[in-house]
Amino acid sequence: MTGTAVRIGLVLPDVLGTYGDSGNAAVLRQRLRWRGIDAEVVDVHLGAPVPSGLDVYLLGGGEDEAQALAAAHLRAHPGLQRAAARGAVVFGVCAGLQVLGSSFVVSGGTRHAGLGLLDVSTSPGERRAVGEVVVEWDREPLTGFENHLGVTTLGPGSRPLGRVAAGTGNGDGTDGAVTGHVLATYLHGPVLARNPALADLLLSWVLGTPPGELPVPEVGELRRERLRAARAARWR
Amino acid sequence: MSLSAPPELGAPHAAPPRRLPWRTSAAAALARLVAAGSRRLGTGAGGVAGGRFALRLDPRALARLGRARTVVLVTGTNGKTTTTAMLSRVLGVLGEVAVNGDGANLPDGVTAALAARPRVPLAVLEVDEFHVPAVAAAVRPVCLVLLNLTRDQLDRVGEVRAVERALRKAVAELPGTTVVANCDDPLVVSVGLAASSAVWVAAGQTWHADATACARCGEPLRHEGADWSCRCGLTRPEPAWVLEDETAVLGDGVRVPLGLGLPGRANAANAALALATAATLGVPPRLAAERLSTITEVGGRYRRVEVHGRTVRLLLAKNPAGWRETLPMLEPGAPIVLAVNGREADGRDLSWLWDVPFGQLAGRTVVVSGERALDLAVRLTYAEVPHTVRPDPLDAISAAGPGPVELVANYTAFRDVSRRLAGRHG
Ligand SMILES: [Zn+2]
Repeated sequence: MTGTAVRIGLVLPDVLGTYGDSGNAAVLRQRLRWRGIDAEVVDVHLGAPVPSGLDVYLLGGGEDEAQALAAAHLRAHPGLQRAAARGAVVFGVCAGLQVLGSSFVVSGGTRHAGLGLLDVSTSPGERRAVGEVVVEWDREPLTGFENHLGVTTLGPGSRPLGRVAAGTGNGDGTDGAVTGHVLATYLHGPVLARNPALADLLLSWVLGTPPGELPVPEVGELRRERLRAARAARWR
Repeated sequence: MSLSAPPELGAPHAAPPRRLPWRTSAAAALARLVAAGSRRLGTGAGGVAGGRFALRLDPRALARLGRARTVVLVTGTNGKTTTTAMLSRVLGVLGEVAVNGDGANLPDGVTAALAARPRVPLAVLEVDEFHVPAVAAAVRPVCLVLLNLTRDQLDRVGEVRAVERALRKAVAELPGTTVVANCDDPLVVSVGLAASSAVWVAAGQTWHADATACARCGEPLRHEGADWSCRCGLTRPEPAWVLEDETAVLGDGVRVPLGLGLPGRANAANAALALATAATLGVPPRLAAERLSTITEVGGRYRRVEVHGRTVRLLLAKNPAGWRETLPMLEPGAPIVLAVNGREADGRDLSWLWDVPFGQLAGRTVVVSGERALDLAVRLTYAEVPHTVRPDPLDAISAAGPGPVELVANYTAFRDVSRRLAGRHG
C-alpha cells in the first residue's frame, strides 16, 4: 500500500457498470473508513490511461460490445496488469471475470483476448443463467445474483472461488476464479454489499493483515433473508 | 417538420374508421364484455383478459382495430404512462381518443383499449419497449414517441442495447411513421435516425450510464456541451424543440411556457415531447400546453391521500433513472418512506439500488419498506443515511413521524399501496 489513503480503482464504470457495480467500491471504501482507515475511489475512464499505482482494481459487468471495448482499452493501456504483477488486488464480477481471463467469445461468435490475469476462458452457453446464487467456500456462504450467458472453463493456473450450492456460476458446479490476489466471480453487481467476508478478504490482501471485526447488523439480516430465498427457490 | 404551416386542426387525421370485418367486431365486443364483467366483479384486470380473448378470436384484431384510425404509440423506459395521459388530453381537441390509460401496455392491453372504443378516430397507446415492433407493424402508427432508453429490470428482459436494435429495425420498416424523440438520449437517436421522418426534441437527460458507448459501433461517444458525436458519424441531431426549464422553445424562437401541474424535470421532458407530437398532428403548442396544465395526477401517481391523519404523496420510481429524477422532487423537510419489492414485474435483481444516489437523503427522516426493505436498509447504511425498517408501507407511513409524508415506491410496491389506499382522499 502506498501513501496514506487506500486507493480503490473503479475500472471503466462507463462500460463495466451495468448492474450497480460502483456499489463494490462504495462498500470497500466505507468498510475501511468505519475502521478509521482513509480510502478514496478513483474512477478510471475510457479513453484515459490506466494508472498502475492503485491498491485495488474493481471490474464490473457489461454487455458484449462494452466488454470487448473494455478489454481492448485495458490491453492498450496495461496499467492494471503492471499493478497486478506487483501484487495489487484485482476483483472482477461477471463481464469483469471474463475480461480478466485469457479469452472470451461474445454471443456473435467473435473471440476477444482478455488480460490473462486468470487462467480461464469463456464461451457463450446454451441459455442465460439468471437468478439468486449461493456459493460455498471456506468462509460464510456467498449470496448474490447472476445474469450471464457465458460458460467459463478454468485452466491449471487458477482455482475456483467456490462450489455452487444454488444457481449456475461457471457452469461446471464451481464459481469464479482465483490466482494470487486476482479474484473474480459470476455473482454480479454490488456483491460485496451482501458478502462482508469476501470484502474483508480483499481488504486483508490490500492491508497485508486481516482487518478487525466490523458488525453491520443490517447486512446480517439481509444475508439471512437472501439465503432463505435462494433455498426456497431451489425446492420450488 | 414545418412549424409555420401546421396542418388544419382536426384534419386530415380524424377520419372515422372503416367498417370492421364481422370477426373483428365480434372480437371487440367480446373484449368489452369481459372488461365490463370484470369491472362488475371488481377484479380489475378484465381489460387485459378481454384483449387476450379478442386476439384469440381474431388474431388480426389489433391490426384491424388500429389501422383505420390515427394512432400514436408512446414508448421508452420511463414516462410512458404520463406522456400517454398528456397526449390523450391534448389530442382530445381533435376528436375522441381511445387510450390505455391503465398502463396495460402489452398487445392484449393495447387491443383491449382499441376494442373498448372501436369507432373513435384517434388512439394514444403506451407500448412496452419490447412489444413495439409487433404492435407498430399491426397498427401502423402516424407517430411513435420515443422518450428514453435506460436500464430497467435487467434480469427479466435483457439488455437495453438489444432493445435499441429491435426498435431500430422496427422503425426502418414503418415508412409512414414520424418518430418524435429526445435527441439528448443517444440510444433513442440511433433508433430515430432509422425512421423516414423524425422530429427531435432536446428534452435533456440526467442518466447517461447506458449510452457512453455508441449504439452503432461501440466506440466511446464524445460529449461537448449538449452535443455528442461518435467517430462513426452518429451525431446529436439538430432539435426542432428545446426544453429550457419549464418552457418549450420552438425552432423559430417561439417560447411556450408549460405551466405543468405535475412535478419534476422528467415530466417537463415528457410534456415537451407531447407538445411536439401534438404539433405534428396539428394542435397548436399553446393550446396543447393549456390542456396539459390541467393534469395533476396520472394513474394515482403524485396523488395525495390521507393515512392515519397525515397526508401522503404517492410517487412511483421503477429504475435508477426514475429514482434519480424522483429524489430531487421530494418536499424538503418532509419525512420519506421508500418502498421496494423485487417481484417478477419489478425485476428480481435489486443491484440497481446502488446506482441511485441515496446519499442525497442524509439528514432526513427515512423509513425503508416493502418486501425488499432489507436491501434498502443495507444500501442506506453504506450511504450513512440513518433509517428505520418497517416492511409494511402503511406502517412505515405511520412511523415516519408527523406532517406530510413523501412515499416513493417501485412498481408492485406502488401498485399495492395504491390499491390499499383506493378511495381515500388527501
Ligand atoms: Zn459510433
